[in-house]
Amino acid sequence: MARTISFSTALNEAMRLAMQKDENVILLGEDVAGGATVDHLQDDEAWGGVMGVTKGLVQEFGRDRVLDTPIAEAGYIGAAVSAAATGLRPIAELMFNDFIGSCLDEVMNQAAKLRYMFGGKAKVPLTIRTMHGAGFRAAAQHSQSLYALFTHIPGLKVVVPSTPADAKGLLLASIFDDDPVIFFEDKTLYNIRGEVEEGFYTIPFGKADIKREGDDLTIVAIGKQVHTALQAAKMLQEKGIETEVIDPRTLSPLDEETILLSVAKTGRLIVVDEANPRCSVATDISALVADKGFDYLDAPIKMITAPHCPVPFSPALEDLYLPTPEKVLRAAAEIIGDETIVPV
Amino acid sequence: MTVARSQSIALTKEKARWMYQKMNEIRQFEDKVHEIFSKGVLPGFVHLYAGEEAVAVGVCAHLTDKDYITSTHRGHGHCIAKDCDLNGMMAEIYGKATGLCKGKGGSMHIADVSKGMLGANGIVGGGFPLAVGAGLTAKLKKTGAVTVCFFGDGANNHGTFHEGINLAAIWKLPVIFVAENNGYAESTPFEYASSCRNIADRAGAYNIPGEVVDGKDVIAVYEAAKRAIERARNGEGPTLIECKTYRNYGHFEGDAQTYKTPEEKRRHLQELDAIEKFRNYLLASQLCSEQELVEIEQNVAKAIEKAVTFAENSPFPTEEDLLRDVYVSY
Repeated sequence: MARTISFSTALNEAMRLAMQKDENVILLGEDVAGGATVDHLQDDEAWGGVMGVTKGLVQEFGRDRVLDTPIAEAGYIGAAVSAAATGLRPIAELMFNDFIGSCLDEVMNQAAKLRYMFGGKAKVPLTIRTMHGAGFRAAAQHSQSLYALFTHIPGLKVVVPSTPADAKGLLLASIFDDDPVIFFEDKTLYNIRGEVEEGFYTIPFGKADIKREGDDLTIVAIGKQVHTALQAAKMLQEKGIETEVIDPRTLSPLDEETILLSVAKTGRLIVVDEANPRCSVATDISALVADKGFDYLDAPIKMITAPHCPVPFSPALEDLYLPTPEKVLRAAAEIIGDETIVPV
Repeated sequence: MTVARSQSIALTKEKARWMYQKMNEIRQFEDKVHEIFSKGVLPGFVHLYAGEEAVAVGVCAHLTDKDYITSTHRGHGHCIAKDCDLNGMMAEIYGKATGLCKGKGGSMHIADVSKGMLGANGIVGGGFPLAVGAGLTAKLKKTGAVTVCFFGDGANNHGTFHEGINLAAIWKLPVIFVAENNGYAESTPFEYASSCRNIADRAGAYNIPGEVVDGKDVIAVYEAAKRAIERARNGEGPTLIECKTYRNYGHFEGDAQTYKTPEEKRRHLQELDAIEKFRNYLLASQLCSEQELVEIEQNVAKAIEKAVTFAENSPFPTEEDLLRDVYVSY
């Protein structure tokens, strides 16, 4: 039965179900339990992650399976890689995706490559959960969206959910997948609420979700920007334009077919991606359509992305940095050739 | 800190023979790779372990297939000491489909997880966190396995040294960190690159035992490893062992080794050779006869020739192998 719960609760529920189902599932990261060895601290008072996403798991599963780590990402992310290769099914939390700078080797050169380098004789069933996203006034080192970095690397799978229901099903699929998965959680989505089924279910990788159907324009949006796209679609509908909003949900593998079929129907594509624009998922999806769907296009592809600059701190600047429905509308007006679309 | 040398040991004849065989396999394997590489037959580049045999063999003599090791770019010796198949190893170095990694890894990534060999590693310092993870699995799943992390003196200055050993220490994991201090990180002397006099001195910072061992003395390594592995299996946590050793060849094949002095090379290759030392010990202690040792040496030579023939006669991987094993499923 479905209930309305938050994105954060959906993730927590997924981890709880996974840990109940398989004792090889462990959770490790900075403060994922919180306050390890602090005598006066009861487990129900422990943080459960800096955002509380893993709260309560230590009470149910104990500190052997919910492991607080030192602030040493290379050490514990690397440990999670070989814990996975030797029989566990770890969920490692990289608190902010920006911290990948401290442990990229362990992800890029170890996790991603062990299976291939070993001729298929190893598997790395590891899930790395990590926070991303701007809009939290967290500035340049805690706000990036670095999923393109991982999408570029063969051997990794990349998941970016946009709704509580997707977050739960995709996280369960990630945990029980036999390859290393980088699971992105937009920190500004933790409190959004949505209908989520109870119990165990998974959502397959490489299967985009059409969040809204339409015949006039395709918008492919990543993570939180799915909501920007849906807002824009609603505003466009008022102008008589029906927009199809596609959420790829997994960037690696990528559901190329759903994107191409949609563009074949609408003839127009806007990609909304809050990451920086160069060598990004936006350029990747645009290149896909230019390469395999050029004949479907009635107008140039448009990309609504962050500019080529770090995420600024000041709210006045950060609001300029992020995609908005209005920016999407301006692009739509241009490719549809109807200036009246843009709100005055 | 004093350097531990062999004192009293209780080596069985069977174990002694195994150790002598493995040391010879490593030496002859590497000498053969050196010879073949100089002919331009092998793709890529290779880092040879000859000279350091006592370390891998003295440690792995205590391990079984369920125990793990992590290795380095100089990994052939660890593979052999961990009982990896010589034919499969040589074929891997040739890039053949019959290689241990089906030709996908090469010299720098030889691995056989079924033997507990978690891979040679092209990244200096890459092994520390991996050893910690294997140790974590052993602890949580109560398998009784230990993990040995072999690393060079170059890696002892890497950040993962600190992060890995600290984690193993706070979680009391069954991991043994074995430094192979061969004096040079590529061409840079240990004394220049490290602020410590001994790598093992750094153990104190993690509140774990550290021990310096004569890495040319396989019995001394064997004894130190025995102590550390017992601690690990008893749940007492990690140990840092530093083996002072020397590589007979360069950092990689083709390295002119201009940073070494002729006197130093002569001394290590002629006076301090680990295999010669062990051979003399086996004869003096009457654990093996001259005839038995010659037989082992000759059998090893045959096995190495067989491995080369196997590798040369094996097919290369084909186009369909290019995309295989990137993922379990995609």
